Amino acid sequence: MSELLELAERILEAATGSEEIEVYLSSGIDTEVQAYQGEIEQLSSATSSGVGIRVLRESVGGAQVGTAWAGSLGDEAIFDALREARDNVRFATEDEFLAFARPDGVPAVELELSDSRVLTTSIDDKIAMAIELERMVRSGDSRIRQVDSANYSDYVAEAAILSTTGIRATYARSGAFVSVEAIATDGDDDQTGWGLSAGRAPSDLDLAVAAADAISRATRMLGAVKPKSMKTTAVFDPRNAATLLSIIGGALSGEAVIRGRSFFANRLGETVASAQFTLLDDPTDPRHFAASVFDGEGLACRRNLMIEAGELRGFVYDTVSARRAGTVSTGSAIRGGIAGSPSAGCRALQLAPGGLSQDQIIASVGEGIYVESLMGIHSGVNPISGDFSVGVTGRIIRDGQLAEPVREVTVASTLQRMLLDVSHVGNDVEWLPGNSAGQTIAIGEIAVSGA
Amino acid sequence: MEAALVEKDVLQRVLAEAMGRGGEFAEVFVEDRTTSSAVLDQRRIEELSSGRDRGAGIRVVIGDTTGFAHTADLSEHGLMAAAQAAAAVARHGGGGVREVPLGTLTQHRTTARLMPGEVDKARKIELLRLADDTARSESGSISQVQVGIGDSTRRFVVANSEGVLASDEQVRTRFNVSCVASGDSGMQTGYRPLAATLGFEIVTHEAVAEAARGAARQAITKLEARPAPSGDLPVVLAGGSGGILFHEACGHGLEADAILKEASVYAGKVGEQVASPLVTLVDDGTVVGEWGHLSIDDEGRPGARNVLIENGILTDYMWDYLRARKQGRQSSGNGRRQSYQHLPMVRMTNTYLLEGDSSADEIISQTPRGVYVAQLGGGQVNTATGDFVFGMTAAFMIENGQITYPLRDCNLIGNGPEVLKRVDAVASDFSMTPGTCGKDGQSVPVGTGQATMRLSGVTIGGAA
Repeated sequence: MSELLELAERILEAATGSEEIEVYLSSGIDTEVQAYQGEIEQLSSATSSGVGIRVLRESVGGAQVGTAWAGSLGDEAIFDALREARDNVRFATEDEFLAFARPDGVPAVELELSDSRVLTTSIDDKIAMAIELERMVRSGDSRIRQVDSANYSDYVAEAAILSTTGIRATYARSGAFVSVEAIATDGDDDQTGWGLSAGRAPSDLDLAVAAADAISRATRMLGAVKPKSMKTTAVFDPRNAATLLSIIGGALSGEAVIRGRSFFANRLGETVASAQFTLLDDPTDPRHFAASVFDGEGLACRRNLMIEAGELRGFVYDTVSARRAGTVSTGSAIRGGIAGSPSAGCRALQLAPGGLSQDQIIASVGEGIYVESLMGIHSGVNPISGDFSVGVTGRIIRDGQLAEPVREVTVASTLQRMLLDVSHVGNDVEWLPGNSAGQTIAIGEIAVSGA
Repeated sequence: MEAALVEKDVLQRVLAEAMGRGGEFAEVFVEDRTTSSAVLDQRRIEELSSGRDRGAGIRVVIGDTTGFAHTADLSEHGLMAAAQAAAAVARHGGGGVREVPLGTLTQHRTTARLMPGEVDKARKIELLRLADDTARSESGSISQVQVGIGDSTRRFVVANSEGVLASDEQVRTRFNVSCVASGDSGMQTGYRPLAATLGFEIVTHEAVAEAARGAARQAITKLEARPAPSGDLPVVLAGGSGGILFHEACGHGLEADAILKEASVYAGKVGEQVASPLVTLVDDGTVVGEWGHLSIDDEGRPGARNVLIENGILTDYMWDYLRARKQGRQSSGNGRRQSYQHLPMVRMTNTYLLEGDSSADEIISQTPRGVYVAQLGGGQVNTATGDFVFGMTAAFMIENGQITYPLRDCNLIGNGPEVLKRVDAVASDFSMTPGTCGKDGQSVPVGTGQATMRLSGVTIGGAA
């Protein structure tokens, strides 16, 4: 870490009196193992590093920003990037709201997000995990005819954000994952299911859970049929509920709102969801996989209440979107690596748990469709209009119990309606990788399109 | 003449090191990519960004195992370290090749006439503004315009233990316009891309203005949109817009990696009728200028035109080096990777359906009730089951053989093998669309294309 800091300080020293500079430096080590038929199919290891530089100049009409990045930390690459960023500044429109973050006095929480066991675990042990995972799935059920891929992967990464406006933040994090995709057959019909386990170190991983999940998701779908079109209640399992929450989170970005690209625009204080729905973005919660100490501009992450008992309470902001909206950053700048500029977004969403288990929710719903996988999220959800139409696989809910599997079916509504139609929120929170945790939720009035 | 990314004698020594522990195949892929982009949003030029990424990926194959490492350090020392890391999969060591003679360099050049790096940034800004002004002048209901311009120049050299030594320079330029129209019914979006494996010469004033008008009109039209129907209906796909259906519904299932793992519904079906006789599907990396064009693939193999389905009969799959080697055949020029940090795998290039002899008007007028899709968004497929979805971003109702009202965005859902059999009319107005294809975490540019065509029935996932 000290090397990154030293390098960052050196870049900042190059700043002239009329400009501000922000540097984002990162470096990491990745390992990936893919097992197939009891052997290593692929083994990759790599170190990578990079720098993103933003230069800001103030003038009468406002500020201008230019950016550049490079996929290495060599001096030549860094100073080429600085030169390009400076050149790019000239062409940006002067904008009174543009600014780099400045320290805002909010203390950073202490979180241990990096586990050295990622580095101390031998490569042989990592390989063994991928091979064992594949074996567990292949031998776990006679209907599994193929394991497409069984993977182990991990990373350790560190990053530093420093700026001439006083930001000095460093991060370290690690992750370890196993995932497996199984293909089940009953002779006529093939179905797939995947399972995952994630943690900060190899020892956090539970191969049995990942294997069982892949097997049950694939085998449960065998013999799936296309149901009749109907309007009914959809019960989303935790994994798919998390996907849904992540989409909702996108529309809670203050930047999307201020640009008029969110269906939540102008609705602060209004009832936008059912009373069961309380949504937080809290990267300071260590249970959350996406927990983080600092945001993408180097400000402390903090707990932000988004929707409380159905009432829209706030949006998340980075520095620039906050200035445009006449407020302050919520410590919610998201940055897509060295090539990305900060933008406002939710980082670690969680829905306040309800009182019921999944079984109780299914029993209470009585009739409906249980959603086990979503397809076409990117093409089927429009966060501006709120239109929602995605492909699903899952099972019919009949007489309060899971019945036959269904496929080749879509569920449709609008995000606005769906939030108001949330009838149950489960107590079965799963801390999944990604920017949202998830638990079972039931949503009424969903159009199911089948035969 | 630019300097070589890495000298031939260094590549030879690195390959020898990679093979030295018993490797059966080794490859060094060295890449140097520069990119630039600019965005106009809310009438402001928000950000110009420039990027540079260079490094090398080295792989070593032993039996069915591939070892891979990459590095941003292109010195001989850095490459040797990566070669050793990649070769670490050769656990038993020894007995390997000590010398790898490389052939004469096969060099390819871009056909770009105007290299993006040589274009004045001020000119790019001017074109962003032109698009903004043009879109806004279409109607007062256009409330937002977002315009992006981007280019990448990718030079790479690939050398392998079979003596291949080839280099290419791929220049890609894109320009895209997104609009939001606001009306009493809420907000609607429109989108038009302009993209080619060519230089800045494609971004003419005319092309920019046309893209801007197209995006604006699409959003304006959709203000009148009604919820799409739900259930099974005939679907007419406008020329150019529907190629993604074939990309998703069968293209991915014809990639040899899925085939060899029996993770595709098309495994073992060569020679069988898998589609309507109207379907002849081609993947073709040689279409100069199209978004998926390549002179050589990322394994040094020349791009090729490969017929996948001919008159409904499955003729072949798409192959990269590794999968072809297993089957004792040649790669079809479909080995691609996102960057030097990724392993190559089987990927599509430009995938298209050959045109037929109906006319678009005829097809529409012979459809009593159905959906006309003017533009498709992204899609997704499960190759093992063939189930796919894709989004309609501009669609209309067809009633009594006529296009009537616009429909709100929704997904179509179907099963690849079933849908291929339902192609019941193909017109002759062929065109192509650029897109980005994601697979196993890697994105590559692809083209898709077809003429206006009809599917006798697809499930429309509307809310009506």
